[in-house]
Amino acid sequence: MREAIDILDARRRQVHTKGAQPFQLDCEKHSVAGSVSQRACVFCGSRVVLYPITDALHLVHGPIGCAAYTWDIRGAQSSGSQLHRMSFSTDLREKDVIYGGEKKCETALIELIGRYRPKAAFVYATCIVGLIGDDLEAVCRRVTAQTGVETIPVHSEGFAGSKKDGYTAACAALDRLVGSSESPPPDGPSINILGDFNIAGETWVIRDYYERMGVNVISTITGDGRVDDIRRAHHAQLNVVQCSGSMKGLARLMKQKYDIPFVHVSYFGLEDVSKALYDVAETFNDPAMMQRTKRLVRDEISAVMPRLRRYRDALQGKKAAVYTGGAFKAFSLVRSLRTLGVQTVIAGSQTGNPQDYQQLESLCDDGTVLLDDTNPLELAKFIDQTGADLLIGGVKERPIAYKLGVAFCDHNHERKRCLAGYEGMVNFANEVYSSVCSPVWSLSPRKQHASSVKRSIAPGPLVTADAGLPLNAKVPQCPTAATAPSPGSDSQACGVCQLKAHCSGLAAQETETA
Amino acid sequence: MTLLRHTSADQDVQREALTVNPAKTCQPIGAMYAALGLHRCLPHSHGSQGCCAYHRSTLSRHYKEPAMAGTSSFTEGSSVFGGQANLLAAIENIFTVYDPDVIAVHTTCLSETIGDDVPQIVEAAIDKGLLPEGKMVIHANTPSYVGSHTTGFATMTKAMVDYIAQSSGAEKIRDQVNLIPGWVEPADMSELKRLVKLMGLDPVTFPDTSGVLDSPQTGIHEMFPAGGATVDSIRSAGDSCHTIALGPICSGPAAKALFAKCQVPQTTLPLPIGLKATDQFIMKLREINGGFVPDEIMTERGRLLDLMTDMHQYFYGKTAALWGDPDQLVSLAELLITLDMIPKFVVTGTPGKKFFKRMGDVLGDHAQACKVDQGSCADMFQLHQWIKSDPDKVDLLIGNTYGKYIARDEDIPLIRHGFPILDRIGHQHFATVGYRGTTRILEQILDAFLDRQDRDAPESGFELVM
Repeated sequence: MREAIDILDARRRQVHTKGAQPFQLDCEKHSVAGSVSQRACVFCGSRVVLYPITDALHLVHGPIGCAAYTWDIRGAQSSGSQLHRMSFSTDLREKDVIYGGEKKCETALIELIGRYRPKAAFVYATCIVGLIGDDLEAVCRRVTAQTGVETIPVHSEGFAGSKKDGYTAACAALDRLVGSSESPPPDGPSINILGDFNIAGETWVIRDYYERMGVNVISTITGDGRVDDIRRAHHAQLNVVQCSGSMKGLARLMKQKYDIPFVHVSYFGLEDVSKALYDVAETFNDPAMMQRTKRLVRDEISAVMPRLRRYRDALQGKKAAVYTGGAFKAFSLVRSLRTLGVQTVIAGSQTGNPQDYQQLESLCDDGTVLLDDTNPLELAKFIDQTGADLLIGGVKERPIAYKLGVAFCDHNHERKRCLAGYEGMVNFANEVYSSVCSPVWSLSPRKQHASSVKRSIAPGPLVTADAGLPLNAKVPQCPTAATAPSPGSDSQACGVCQLKAHCSGLAAQETETA
Repeated sequence: MTLLRHTSADQDVQREALTVNPAKTCQPIGAMYAALGLHRCLPHSHGSQGCCAYHRSTLSRHYKEPAMAGTSSFTEGSSVFGGQANLLAAIENIFTVYDPDVIAVHTTCLSETIGDDVPQIVEAAIDKGLLPEGKMVIHANTPSYVGSHTTGFATMTKAMVDYIAQSSGAEKIRDQVNLIPGWVEPADMSELKRLVKLMGLDPVTFPDTSGVLDSPQTGIHEMFPAGGATVDSIRSAGDSCHTIALGPICSGPAAKALFAKCQVPQTTLPLPIGLKATDQFIMKLREINGGFVPDEIMTERGRLLDLMTDMHQYFYGKTAALWGDPDQLVSLAELLITLDMIPKFVVTGTPGKKFFKRMGDVLGDHAQACKVDQGSCADMFQLHQWIKSDPDKVDLLIGNTYGKYIARDEDIPLIRHGFPILDRIGHQHFATVGYRGTTRILEQILDAFLDRQDRDAPESGFELVM
């Protein structure tokens, strides 16, 4: 990398070093033309959100690329139908662009619906469809009338904004399904899980926690999603939103239409997942539920803490760079890394808003570089400058880290192990440890002069223990269960984990209860 | 309905209007890959951000390398008022910050349809003084609704000729040949260059992704790694004595353009995969070098032939299904036939009628036994239907990673070949062209058969020596 390379003038205000000057960070801007942006488009936003609805048909109306590039690239797992993993495209050709693609789209839908009998169909409008003006609403109306299968247009023309606008389009499409079921509401407290995409089966873990708390999960939107469940989602008493960037829109629509409140949560890291469960329990104002929740949190933390501590001992003092799609996940990562003794020295996102960055700044230590919508050169530059040992990001960041000779952890679509929840934190620790402390870096030019890292954790039993994440696994009892604070006493931290969240996660400074 | 069953065996599903699980992708990614084979070039996607992001991600997943490219970041405004302002800003920003020697702009379906005239915009950039001295912008029109990723590759390769190659007017350089390698892996490009050099010739190879997408770990993020065809070398292509274009779809257009522009005689050959196709390549080089083939190449050929004869009993009558890019498929099919195997099903999503003729020529007597399809409905769904409805299961699948679902569903071994390969490494480092490269494919095929035999053998038939 040339020393002279610097930040684009137009981007200077999108970079901030904490403590260097009063906090100010520009964000929510379009990427500068010509930058090697890590961002994607409206279609991408819609596609990733709706993709995990597994028993719906997903037809990409456009030239082949948009369908090809989104064909089964996300590990959003399904407990049933796998229809979502197929790639359906109208493969528009030049003559379709000239004469219009409506007929082709309609024929394709009728063929596909006849063949697969999906519960519903989503039709994604790509750049070219928006441009040639195909009337997808009309096509979908006709197909719905003819087939009886609700066919929903997704207005996801790539150029019509950024990835975030794709989330909005997806939420608008979902809004058409929600409330369309006449089945009666379930008994007892009930929620929808919003904004978890079941990467590596994470939704199943979260769902299990809620069920153990005594909460009915009506729908999971959209990880392992089912059309019929989404139709019934309006019966829930609370929407629990994880990926706020993608799903806050739907939560707001449901608040307006059905008066369902929502909370923002995160399931990454011990503190955040505990807080999530407490927040939900608190909403229902049911002492028995709160007791179950406290027991759950205590048992889970007690089970994972001894294992985490070993990783923390090995990772203490390491430095990490975090670059995520949404900003909310970055908060969790900063906290999770801190749990592991790792300091975050670079933190950024593709789509954060001013409040997000303000909060991110408050979480970080002085000297941390905050980046909005960054690019590979900047990332490389700041990794060099800060001496980060680890980059956490997605597919386009992975090879950059490796070229630099820096460890990497995928916390995006391509993670292969569940990183959510308590067991997920152990998996995360294992991922970070296995990369940061790998002997390969000591062979890299970057680290040849630095002291080499010694492995301190034997891989055998840990890999076995952490490899899988059985649902409803029996969690070992907290070794200090007998002496741990009894449920209901909120003030003390557990002797095992020292985490406030273990016993009192009720502080709600970040909670937006609408 | 599960993922692993794209289709059931019961009926031949007739489709009119849709592609299910494609055996191709769109033009711009091909243009981006080709442009990465130009030294100190930043590919630039003139369209929405998503196109660029998807192409970079897909190339990164395949090559396990950073794939750098800029985007014009189209907005709604750009799609109404045109992308001129975006491209001008992009050109200025790219030269200011990333400082490439060349920006290689390719269009997308969006910029193509709104009618952005890239050469005119580049003219405007030059008028405004946005191009620093010695720098250049080249372009390729790559609407996604025409051709496939292979034609996008071809178009950008041709653009290198149109923009860069020149004839100095002097006599053609007797030992210098142009080598247009087609869409192959970086290791293949290295191997092809090696063969040309062994033949005593000086290759001008473009595009050349070796050294760019198989670069070493240095601890530094190089925006522009050391490899790639330099502008100077491509400029001199107009003075070469001959052009060898490998693969008519990916390389033919550039070779023809170079002939038209600089009168460099050209020969378009099949990709040198397999003994026969490599022979054609070497024979052509032999014509050019005055009739000389070094012992080293003869030895490599002999080794390959030796392996083919040593192992021929394992190949007789074995059948295979292939999918991917036309240039690759034609040569692979010929290789299988020389091994006494039968290519039974062949699909490519890339449209173009010449493919049938080329496959027909290669298949010869086997043409009757082989189902071939190309175009929109020639996709993985079609292939899976053919395989399922065939009473004799094929013995082998050869194609990109998307075949793994069929492999699992039908319990047929899969050899990964082509683009994209998302779940294995090696393809970018081990060539499959030339005699040595063919040896590697041979090894993979044989391993697949022998592994299968070992796996399925009863204990009494499980033997040490095979």
